[in-house]
Amino acid sequence: MKKNRYLGRLALTVLAAGFALAFLMPTVLTITNSFMTQSEISANYGKVFSNVSGSEGKTYISETVNLKFIPDKVSLSQYITVLIKSPDYLLKFWNSVILVVPIVLLQLGVASITAYGFTRWRGKVRSFLFFFYVILMLMPVQVTLVPNYLVSDWLNLLNTRWSIIFPGAFAPFSVFLLTKSMRRIPASLIEAAKLDGSSEWQVFKDICLPQCRSALYSIAILVFIDYWNMVEQPIILLPDAEKQPLSVYLSTINSSEVGLAFAIATIYMVPSLLLFLHGEDYLVEGIAHQGSVKG
Amino acid sequence: MSMKTAEIKFGGRGKKPLAAGQGKVKRTWDRSNEHIRDVMHSAAFLGPSVTGVAVFFIVPFLVVVYYSIIRSPLNPEFVFLDNFKAVLGNSSFRTAASNTAMFSAIAVPLAVVLSLGLALLLECRIPCKSLFRTFFLSPMMVPVASVVLIWQVVFHYRGTLNVILASFHVEPIDWLNSKYCLLVIVVLFLWKNLGYNMILFMAALNNIPKELLEVADVEGASAAHKFFNIKLRYLSPTVLFVAILSIINSFKVFREIYLLVGKYPFDGLYMMQHFMNNTFENFDYQKMASAAVLMALVMVALIALLFKAEDIFGKDVEG
Repeated sequence: MKKNRYLGRLALTVLAAGFALAFLMPTVLTITNSFMTQSEISANYGKVFSNVSGSEGKTYISETVNLKFIPDKVSLSQYITVLIKSPDYLLKFWNSVILVVPIVLLQLGVASITAYGFTRWRGKVRSFLFFFYVILMLMPVQVTLVPNYLVSDWLNLLNTRWSIIFPGAFAPFSVFLLTKSMRRIPASLIEAAKLDGSSEWQVFKDICLPQCRSALYSIAILVFIDYWNMVEQPIILLPDAEKQPLSVYLSTINSSEVGLAFAIATIYMVPSLLLFLHGEDYLVEGIAHQGSVKG
Repeated sequence: MSMKTAEIKFGGRGKKPLAAGQGKVKRTWDRSNEHIRDVMHSAAFLGPSVTGVAVFFIVPFLVVVYYSIIRSPLNPEFVFLDNFKAVLGNSSFRTAASNTAMFSAIAVPLAVVLSLGLALLLECRIPCKSLFRTFFLSPMMVPVASVVLIWQVVFHYRGTLNVILASFHVEPIDWLNSKYCLLVIVVLFLWKNLGYNMILFMAALNNIPKELLEVADVEGASAAHKFFNIKLRYLSPTVLFVAILSIINSFKVFREIYLLVGKYPFDGLYMMQHFMNNTFENFDYQKMASAAVLMALVMVALIALLFKAEDIFGKDVEG
């Protein structure tokens, strides 16, 4: 009986480990492959990526691709090229940064003020507004991109970063999550501050914001990863290749630079992975509180 | 004189109603004042966001609706449903819609069941739970663009997967250019989204009253009985929430497809967003507008369903 239970637990652990391996594999492989030399990359994957450029010879037919876990020779040459010799990629990385950081900051700023408004005062109009925000939040990009495109066109923002930053700043996603967490602040806390003669702004700044610190952090991570990963908006609103973020540019890298691509891909995931490792607990808490769409 | 008589006439008793009346006036005045102040305050706090949302989403969306019912911006003749009929009859739109629907139909149930499975797995007594949680959640934080190279290597005609299959004497499959392409994207979708859903399920599992499960244990209920009769009942709102969330996320899968196979994928991977992109490129405002409005209507229907379901299932659990 006891032995059986141990066996069961072992089986479950193996199952979990199997899943974990599958979940980790792509990330880990990208990182380890970024330390390969260009020649090793071409030797391993030449066939896959030469197909793209159409130079497929008969000699390759029997050969297959060799997905390698550990490089034969660890080399930093790809990183040196990316970081020092060709600043083009760093420029694209910088494009991503100056798109995403303003969006995260602005969206959180706008959202915290709005969330306070939705928390402190309720009424028919305001609950209708909130309901409306929820619907807007759930709309897929396919729907919101068309209006965004039209506005950018009217305001002459097309092909500038603002065409992505402005709609991002007012996106209702963080309003929803922040309102949910602000509504968990005990009303007595706010009442007490009001009795002490604090103004609404002071209550907001000195009580609500500090109470929501962990929520703000987890929402910042969620917003960051969403926009760090964006593809749809830049290809429509920012067609100029010079200004496009790395998330789009990575897919256009040609076959001769596959080796570089691994290094760039690794560099690109560093910020979000660091954020994840640092804020995982907040993030988990933030997601867990999302439980339902009703305020 | 009259004041005095009045005072005398009503005496001490008269004072009270008068005072109360005065107070009432003052209070209602105060209250309406407070009401105005509240409105002003809430307007000040909600104003910036409402303005932004109106400028960048609502007003242009109304224009989109307008575009969808006229012949063209240059010839604003009211045609009502013509554009919608044209879009619905358009073969690329049909391909895109059916592919998107097909994808959601495969991916969403899998996303719900597998993430619930993972959450239950982490409920069991296994070592290193938090490490496993981190691992399961990590794909969510990895930009798709970063790992797309690996996926390309795995699913290429001469890629790893076919090499592995070859050792089992399975003929190589051109994963991305055949009817199997949707499966590849489903795998990618699951890889990315399972962790997030799992967290939602874990939170819901945590909220199940422990006493109930203990009673069931005492009564000697089997694990299956506990799962189907207790846990699943409490999880039903979350199951729904995860399902709707997954449907919405499944519309975002264009990202993966675009990065994996580019702008012009195999027919089976032609999604709604591809259709939208093409209309953007051709500046076909009518098609674009009608497609967006149709999509919005489908979404509103889905969301209404979600709210309704939350009502029903929420009550079921509380009651």
